[in-house]
Amino acid sequence: MTALTLTADATGKTAKARRTAWVPTLVLLLGTLYCLIPIAWVVIAATKDRSELFSTFSFAPGTGFFDNLSELNAYRDGIYWQWMANSVFYAGLGALLSAAVSAAGGYALGRFAFRGREFIFKLMLAGVLVPSIVLAIPQYLLLSKMGLADSYWSMLLPSILSPYGVYLVRIYAAASVPTELMEAARMDGASEWRIFSRIAVPMMMPGLITVFLFQFVAIWNNFLLPYVMLADDTKFPITLGLYTLLAQGASQPALYTLVITGCLLAILPLIGLFLVIQRFWSLDLLSGSIKS
Amino acid sequence: MSIHSRQISRRTMLAGAAALGLTSTLAACGGSDDGDSGESSGPVKLTYWSWAPNMEKVAAIWNKKNPDITVTVSKQGSGAETLTKLITAKKAGNAPDLMQAEYQSLPTLVSNDVLADISKYIGDAKSDFAEGLWDMVTLGTDAVYGVPQDSGPLMFYYREDLFKKHGLSVPKTWTEFAETARAAKKAVPDAFLTTFSANDPGLFAGLSQQAGAKWWTVDGSGKWTVGIDDAATKQVADFWGGLVQEGVIDNQPMYTPAWNNALNKGTHLAWVSAVWAPGVLVSSAPDTEGKWRMAPLPQWKSGDNVTGSWGGSSTGVSTDTKHAEAAVKFARWINTDPEALAALVKEVGIYPAATKGQSGDVLTTPAFFPNQKDFYDTAAEIAATTATAAWGPNVQTAYTSFNDDFGSAAKSKKESQFASALATMQKKTFEDMKKQGFEVTEA
Repeated sequence: MTALTLTADATGKTAKARRTAWVPTLVLLLGTLYCLIPIAWVVIAATKDRSELFSTFSFAPGTGFFDNLSELNAYRDGIYWQWMANSVFYAGLGALLSAAVSAAGGYALGRFAFRGREFIFKLMLAGVLVPSIVLAIPQYLLLSKMGLADSYWSMLLPSILSPYGVYLVRIYAAASVPTELMEAARMDGASEWRIFSRIAVPMMMPGLITVFLFQFVAIWNNFLLPYVMLADDTKFPITLGLYTLLAQGASQPALYTLVITGCLLAILPLIGLFLVIQRFWSLDLLSGSIKS
Repeated sequence: MSIHSRQISRRTMLAGAAALGLTSTLAACGGSDDGDSGESSGPVKLTYWSWAPNMEKVAAIWNKKNPDITVTVSKQGSGAETLTKLITAKKAGNAPDLMQAEYQSLPTLVSNDVLADISKYIGDAKSDFAEGLWDMVTLGTDAVYGVPQDSGPLMFYYREDLFKKHGLSVPKTWTEFAETARAAKKAVPDAFLTTFSANDPGLFAGLSQQAGAKWWTVDGSGKWTVGIDDAATKQVADFWGGLVQEGVIDNQPMYTPAWNNALNKGTHLAWVSAVWAPGVLVSSAPDTEGKWRMAPLPQWKSGDNVTGSWGGSSTGVSTDTKHAEAAVKFARWINTDPEALAALVKEVGIYPAATKGQSGDVLTTPAFFPNQKDFYDTAAEIAATTATAAWGPNVQTAYTSFNDDFGSAAKSKKESQFASALATMQKKTFEDMKKQGFEVTEA
């Protein structure tokens, strides 16, 4: 921003440059504040102990962060970490499987012409429009018929197929995997599997990573599906676990300090994941191996 | 919630009860198809859904003493969501063996065929409880749908120090309560005696029970009557609406940071609450230790002695269980055995429903009330005067309507709005029951 203004000053077109640059910047700054203030609140609230939480100024740091941490750690012999591990498992494996299925499905839909392709694709698109919340209860009834309710499978199976992921990969495959390249590979005698795994997947990687991230965040934040599916509290993900700390019945105070500290810890893996994976997105600019 | 309750096919509690008897007999014969849940030899394994903290510690005592029946506590959230979850689980045949169920949820759970009639195994447990409490788990029938666990008789909590400072008197009747509210407003203009919370239908229900309200009643043929806007409840709604309109009672909801702050800073001088209030005050108003005092709830007629209840739950056995007898054994133990009661008080922090749990050395003076040594003696006296609640199969609909309609009435601060909110609550509840297929009339 500063650089922009400086350049504008130097070239002498100050008035115009300022008007065009300040307004969007201000809007973006407001947007940033809007998104960051709740996070700042969580960070600060996590440092407050029970007596400070609701009685001191919202953005004044408290003194209880380490007490909160050790209390959370001690809560029911550290079940929080079990929930965290469960969340990592559901979200990690679920997103990985989902990205794999999306890759195969999207690639097939995007790069092969076959009968019924458009029909399947439109069916998929319709799937994008159905919110997954609507499906939770039918899925539960189905899976419990199969004897899979309250198992790790009951969380993984429904998250594997993501219509949105397939849709995204189809668009991405059509744009990033050139037919010329596929034909060249066929001429060289590569099998379809080899073309897919060695040529298409690496070229679609940025798209697949996007699908992975979307799905990871969606599973990580999902509440209703695990709420309906899981009965055993050692299989709960974080969302559900923290909920049980809040809803303890009328006669018990909700464990706000623990929940807030738990929430703070729960967003750390997401932030870490984004930071690590971010660099793969830049591949987007480098990808593409033929000139069109 | 509503997705499921609309599918109820059973019309009446009695028909439901009969069918329950049948299903549990069948279940006892062991016609199960999935073999992995406790069917094998070895100890009977029971799952127990509860939301109360530390319940697993109480179950551990049982497990140690009863190696042949192992109970695993799975902690679920409380409230309406758990009710939905139980009903959904029941539809899929996955309901837990044992469950914690609030009194107001019992009719819903029974009409959805979730709770089993355990009268066959329960023996003489009835004698361990006050009659009013026991009636809540029988729903006025010969069946028994749970064992009472905790209760929440309503009481009046006030800031002893501030009452003294401003020369306020502790109200014995609701008329005096109104006068105290006015006097408090006069003495401290930016404070309120307390608030009318549109977030807590349970409290409003309790206050109405005290006034003699019977929101749901069922006759011998299974015909329901919805009487939410009966004279008693109208009286309660008008009373609070009038005080809110006058501006001497706050209209903000409870259990919010602002409310915590008001309690902690003393801008709320009193709280109409239940016996479990000390546990809430510890965390909501940490700076006020030793400054509160508990008194009986104000009465509508001076000389009367009756209270309502807010909260409280029972331990029920599901129709899905294959080990009903073992489950009942546990449910009875946890709610009547002296050792279990002591653990419930100490670890879980509840006010036990069993009469013998309400006296003795287990319940020591709450640490937050060092100034009121006889807290639990007084509490037991008040608990004995609890009016029986009359719950129906769609309490949740009524509660949701309370939140919505009384919410806007409280916001408007108009007494007339309180009356119309009550009428709306009655209408919505009645129509929902009709839609669910119950035979129902309005009072």
